[in-house]
Amino acid sequence: MDFAFTEEQAMLGESLARTLDRGSDAAALFELGAGAALLPEDAGGFGGTGPDILMVFRTLGRAVAVTPLLDGVVLGAGILAAAGEGDLAEAASTGAARIAVALDEPGQRFDGTVRTTARDGLLTGEKTVVAGAEDATHLIVLATDGLYLVDVPADGLAMRGYPLMDGGRAAEVILAGTPARRIGDASLLDAPRAAAMLALCADALGVMERSVELTTEYLKTRKQFGRPIGSFQAIQHRMADLLTEVEQARSAVWNLAGNLDTPDRDRHVAATKSLVGRVALYVAEETIQLHGGIGMTEEYELAPMARRLIAADARFGDSDHHLERFIALTAA
Amino acid sequence: MDMSFTPEDEAFRADVRKFLHDRLPARLSEKVRLHEELTKAEIEEWHAILNERSWLAGNWPVQFGGAGWTAIQRHIFEEESALAHAPRVLPFGIAMLGPVLQKFGSKEQQDRFLPRILNGQDWWCQGYSEPGAGSDLASVKTTAVRDGDTYVVNGQKTWTTLGQHANWIFCLVRTDPAAKAQEGISFLLIDMNSPGITVRPIVLLEGTPEVNEVFFDDVRVPVENLVGEENKGWTYAKYLLTHERTNIAGVGFATAAMASLKRIARAQVANGRPLSENPLFAARMAAVEIDLMAMSTTNLRMLAQAAAGQAPGAESSMLKLKGTQIRQAINDLARRAVGPWALAFPSEAVEGANDDAAPGPAEAAGATRAYLNNRKLSIYGGSNEIQRGIIAKSLLGL
Repeated sequence: MDFAFTEEQAMLGESLARTLDRGSDAAALFELGAGAALLPEDAGGFGGTGPDILMVFRTLGRAVAVTPLLDGVVLGAGILAAAGEGDLAEAASTGAARIAVALDEPGQRFDGTVRTTARDGLLTGEKTVVAGAEDATHLIVLATDGLYLVDVPADGLAMRGYPLMDGGRAAEVILAGTPARRIGDASLLDAPRAAAMLALCADALGVMERSVELTTEYLKTRKQFGRPIGSFQAIQHRMADLLTEVEQARSAVWNLAGNLDTPDRDRHVAATKSLVGRVALYVAEETIQLHGGIGMTEEYELAPMARRLIAADARFGDSDHHLERFIALTAA
Repeated sequence: MDMSFTPEDEAFRADVRKFLHDRLPARLSEKVRLHEELTKAEIEEWHAILNERSWLAGNWPVQFGGAGWTAIQRHIFEEESALAHAPRVLPFGIAMLGPVLQKFGSKEQQDRFLPRILNGQDWWCQGYSEPGAGSDLASVKTTAVRDGDTYVVNGQKTWTTLGQHANWIFCLVRTDPAAKAQEGISFLLIDMNSPGITVRPIVLLEGTPEVNEVFFDDVRVPVENLVGEENKGWTYAKYLLTHERTNIAGVGFATAAMASLKRIARAQVANGRPLSENPLFAARMAAVEIDLMAMSTTNLRMLAQAAAGQAPGAESSMLKLKGTQIRQAINDLARRAVGPWALAFPSEAVEGANDDAAPGPAEAAGATRAYLNNRKLSIYGGSNEIQRGIIAKSLLGL
């Protein structure tokens, strides 16, 4: 039994962390190979295993970095590679192409009901909260009869963009007779979605680790009643509970990384996403509370971390949604 | 990263399973499954079966008659034993005193006591806690005053688990009343048959006398029963406690309890359907099961660290905290699952109730007993509040 990373994975993580420390942009991350590390060799990458994804996204999370790697590469390029669109997948993994994936539709919460239809190569429908849509060179659209690829810009394609709580942007996407090419069945989504779920949970783990470190430092320096507030038992016990829950989240992320290619994958996706979503919310709320007033302020660095953790629960189905899925998969 | 066990470990697991299948008497596993109290003879019977295979002391080196297992092998044995509802190996001689004698005891003490732990001649109990020294163990007040070749011991120990069966007790006693709390404590081995010892059982919530008070009134103990040096007992006590914390996560117990809970929930009916399909109850069960999946991996990660030579530190406090929360949550769900049958309390604590039969299936009474008895989990072995303090100080530096 071995829970450690390979030397290559560790080295990539270190150079990624250094690059992120310098405040580099997405181009620098692609330059470093962060995109290619997320795809297997047959899709033009040099990684793509559970531990590769874990390493990259935990590092991104620790830096609270906003990147297109999850939606554009793990999900987007992952679907393209599965659909046999190797060239575009490779372009996405180097940043040359930017992919957005349009799955959810308005008013359906997380249940995945799809009404968008394709007729004579033209898509009609509405997609909601499509991450990275405004910047995309290509859209992957889930329609009632499978997955379609749209070259952007396109006729009959309208978007209304807005910022997201995790630091990125998304858009409502209106398809009104938009030309598209069918690339495969909806089932091609399964593996890339599972990988994206791991990426999201690993990112949240990194953010949680940083939030706990930041909070611990604050508790050691902030003084009230003549002593550091971290010396009060009420505070210490809350931090101990917090740390214990983050340890649970870490194990859950490891469980999914280790089972990404096993028959038990979907049960682990549900278990991990449910647990990490619950703990992410708990960490966000507790770290704000433990900071007191400063934790409420936009200018303090906790703010984007807390929002990112809250967003992590709400993406790809929240903890209750995945608890239900876990029950269904366990009974099956 | 490779989260699977090695082929050698899997072969060992198969060995353990076969042994349990062949040698564990069903009348013992049935009592364990239903959380019924085992007799002294039944516990000794299981010890003898394990000792015959040289598997009683998995944590002891082979030179002392142990199995010399790795941390992973011990984990596998404990997990499989729990899943098979085997009686627990008593920790007092094997897990606690044995390692202390092996590290700090004299050759004479090792030769005299270690074989008798294995062959069942001695039943040890733990004389640590006192009425005024629980979580604050260093404030023990039981005194041992040197008088020629003997110590004269006076005082009281409490929460002495299964002390009613024991013929020996290892005690923390104060040999230097003037010293600071942790100094001036010694580690003494005391024959329970010595004149001046009185044992009084304490009946617990679920109705069994699992623990005892032990009174010492001018008990004379030969000085050769002192372990290590006088006034250095706190060092040995701490060493013992690190061994008490192995298997502290109780993953095997939790996994077995989860399987029992699922069986009960499938058999109970709510609104015309199995309780296991009730959305609210299924969600409660699933949340605990997901927690258990993660905790099990935390446990393995820490075992892998231990196997790589890193000493277990305050991380074991997180395992104790989370492990006991999970086990108590499972016990709580099992008690809820049996509905009104959880009201029955045919306990020997109630006068004349010994022969009363509980309603419902045997699991129902077992669920209630386990729920009540396992409230202890978050109290003993360093209460969960003590563990939180350790986590805050050692891991966070607060």
